[in-house]
Amino acid sequence: MRLRVLIGIAFLLALAFTPISCHEAKMHVGSKMFTESVILGEVATLIAKDAGESCLHYRQLGGTKLVYDALCAGEIDIYPEYTGTITEEIFSKRQVSGIAEMRQLLSADGIQMTDPLGFNNTYAIGIKKELADERGIESITDLTRHPDLRLGFSNEFMDRSDGWPSLQQHYALPQQDVKGMDHELAYRQLDEGIVDAIDVYVTDAKIRYYDLVLLTDDRDFFPVYDAVYLFRTDLDQRAPNVVQGLSRISGQISESDMKEMNGLVELHREVENRVAQRFLAERLGVQVEIEEQTTAARIWQHTVEHIDLVRQSLIAAILVAIPLGVLATRRPQVGQVILGIVGIIQTIPSLALLVILIAPVNKLGLSSVGGGSTTAVIALFLYSLLPIVRNTHAGLTGIPVSMTESAAALGLSPSARLRLVELPLASPTILAGIKTAAVINVGFATLGALIGAGGYGQPVLTGIRLNDTGLILQGAIPAALMALAMQGLFELIERRFVSQGLRIKSE
Amino acid sequence: MLTLQDVTKSFGSKQVLEPTNLSIDAGNTYVLIGPSGCGKSTLLRLMIGLVEPTNGTVEFQGETLRPERYETVRQRMGFVVQDGGLFPHLNGYDNVALMARYVGWTQQQIQARVEELASLTHLESDVLQRFPIQISGGQRQRVSLMRALMLDPDILLLDEPLGALDPMIRSELQTELREIFQSLKKTVVLVTHDMGEASYFGDVIVLIREGRIVQQGQVGDLIAKPAEPYVTKFIQAQRSLIDGEKS
Ligand SMILES: Nc1ncnc2c1ncn2[C@@H]1O[C@H](COP(=O)(O)OP(=O)(O)OP(=O)(O)O)[C@@H](O)[C@H]1O
Ligand SMILES: [Mg+2]
Repeated sequence: MRLRVLIGIAFLLALAFTPISCHEAKMHVGSKMFTESVILGEVATLIAKDAGESCLHYRQLGGTKLVYDALCAGEIDIYPEYTGTITEEIFSKRQVSGIAEMRQLLSADGIQMTDPLGFNNTYAIGIKKELADERGIESITDLTRHPDLRLGFSNEFMDRSDGWPSLQQHYALPQQDVKGMDHELAYRQLDEGIVDAIDVYVTDAKIRYYDLVLLTDDRDFFPVYDAVYLFRTDLDQRAPNVVQGLSRISGQISESDMKEMNGLVELHREVENRVAQRFLAERLGVQVEIEEQTTAARIWQHTVEHIDLVRQSLIAAILVAIPLGVLATRRPQVGQVILGIVGIIQTIPSLALLVILIAPVNKLGLSSVGGGSTTAVIALFLYSLLPIVRNTHAGLTGIPVSMTESAAALGLSPSARLRLVELPLASPTILAGIKTAAVINVGFATLGALIGAGGYGQPVLTGIRLNDTGLILQGAIPAALMALAMQGLFELIERRFVSQGLRIKSE
Repeated sequence: MLTLQDVTKSFGSKQVLEPTNLSIDAGNTYVLIGPSGCGKSTLLRLMIGLVEPTNGTVEFQGETLRPERYETVRQRMGFVVQDGGLFPHLNGYDNVALMARYVGWTQQQIQARVEELASLTHLESDVLQRFPIQISGGQRQRVSLMRALMLDPDILLLDEPLGALDPMIRSELQTELREIFQSLKKTVVLVTHDMGEASYFGDVIVLIREGRIVQQGQVGDLIAKPAEPYVTKFIQAQRSLIDGEKS
């Protein structure tokens, strides 16, 4: 009997950690959660491929901090960044003045920076062309003469240190009607005439689409956001020809080039790697093959990645949470602490949890970002603990005293009582907890895409970025189906593992 | 076989058992009787270590009962409670065979023993294939008795084993139980609050009132030589019921 338990645990461990998908690449490029970053990421990926390196692109990762940390940790080797972001966000605690100081700070982290790629994607204030013509507004200073204008800014811009509050101060802007909103929404509200001016990035493809005029920053408020590539210093040794390839792009991408490429993706629904490929061919004469993947193959790949995240985290959670639940029952004081902790974990926002975990996971020498990322598995594992621990505890404490006494009176040892009587009696409740964890897990696993772990979250994120419902559904529908399948699977498991004597009761 | 020496039991500040001395001799059937809440179950549970004495000692076959020895000792005792205490997730057979498997009997040994006990308790074999929820109260008590007898214990402890059954089944099972006790020559301690049942089973009747043994002896002794007026009062309270039936 004891042997059977051990075999069961060994089987679960094997099921959890036998690799099914493997991403073998020598080099990794990262990019952030917006189209331009993804295109520039593709450009770098193709450059690396052209230099003969196997290279994988982790697209649209969670945010600046996450991507920069991943670069420092060596999880990725290259990613596109902006000088303004480096000064205002990455080194926001210091007053960085000039490129030289920037390079110095970066190199302390083991990072190097290419020369600017050729365009400055700074913030700008955009208004409709008719309004500009009608009132003769050309610069931000001109706005001071029109206090009636309604401003709609992206939430990020409202919050940033170099955003609205300091812009208002800098120009002494008199407008009272200022609203924070989603960036995408801001464009539409401007178009519908609900707001008069919005913040934009100067390379945004929608500027042309919506026919906007950008006001000149006549009193030099906005920092320069020159696009550059950041890469790891060790790349100089590991892949000198990639570094060389990157340097060839410097100065080659103009503001209008970038605007056009953004437009091809966002407005004409072209794929990023096609756009990048064409740019490299036309501008640098670099011809790189790109691998086409059919939609079916892509969905299959996401399915494999998704299952991978779910099975590892869920099985690990089961193996840890049930003993924790048992311990919580046996030692009520410890139990309160355990239940408290797993409860608190549940309240940590998922992106925050991922960011918190990256550094320690990296210290352990595990892959923290990208395919098969341990970070994502650990985060999902942590989220899965609560329902299982809580239900194990509830199931065991809910056993009638008469049952535990009968087991004791027979002369069973405490561990035999647990194995032969208490766990079987609690099994319906425990399984219900596992089922809940599994379904939650399938949903949460979509967040793995934030750190490049793939899965159904990948098309969802891309869909959100491109405002493409079809793509969102490409991830959301299979995820929902998988959650349903989980439900079904656990009903089967229930039939197999929960005694009929306990199930008849409910009929 | 089993002795209680100066045993008391308190739950918190409430003493439910006054200092008690009781000796259970091998081969006899003892009946603990008394009004509800007088401490019968507590006394019985002290004997198998489900309740630990506040003071005094319980000795089983010359050995003082201690927590570290509970498992071994309990395997030599059979315990049956009012509702049977069968495990709902195991069918009748598995309930009965549980301990034998645990201590490592072979499949054949188990099979043979279960058949023997099934015929002893007059249980049709298909009943054992069903789960507790699928069988009647009377059948449940028989299965429960089989489970208690499985390892051939030296003593049987029964806490109102027939308490939840209707009068017909109850009287049928009383007859069977007494036959079983007699044929097995087991030492039995049985709790009831029914005087008729007590006199039917009991070699020795132990009358308890508010945590104190008032008198122990044969039925005749209790009637003829009551230790205190309460004994007579208790017996008469039950007799008057029978009188009422006659008239
Ligand atoms: N675990 C416990 N905690 C506190 N008090 C208890 C506990 N168990 C029993 N008692 C009390 O001890 C007294 C004796 O209880 P016991 O169950 O032994 O009575 P009983 O004679 O078996 O009664 P009945 O015929 O109703 O079964 C009662 O007053 C009961 O409330
Ligand atoms: Mg009782």
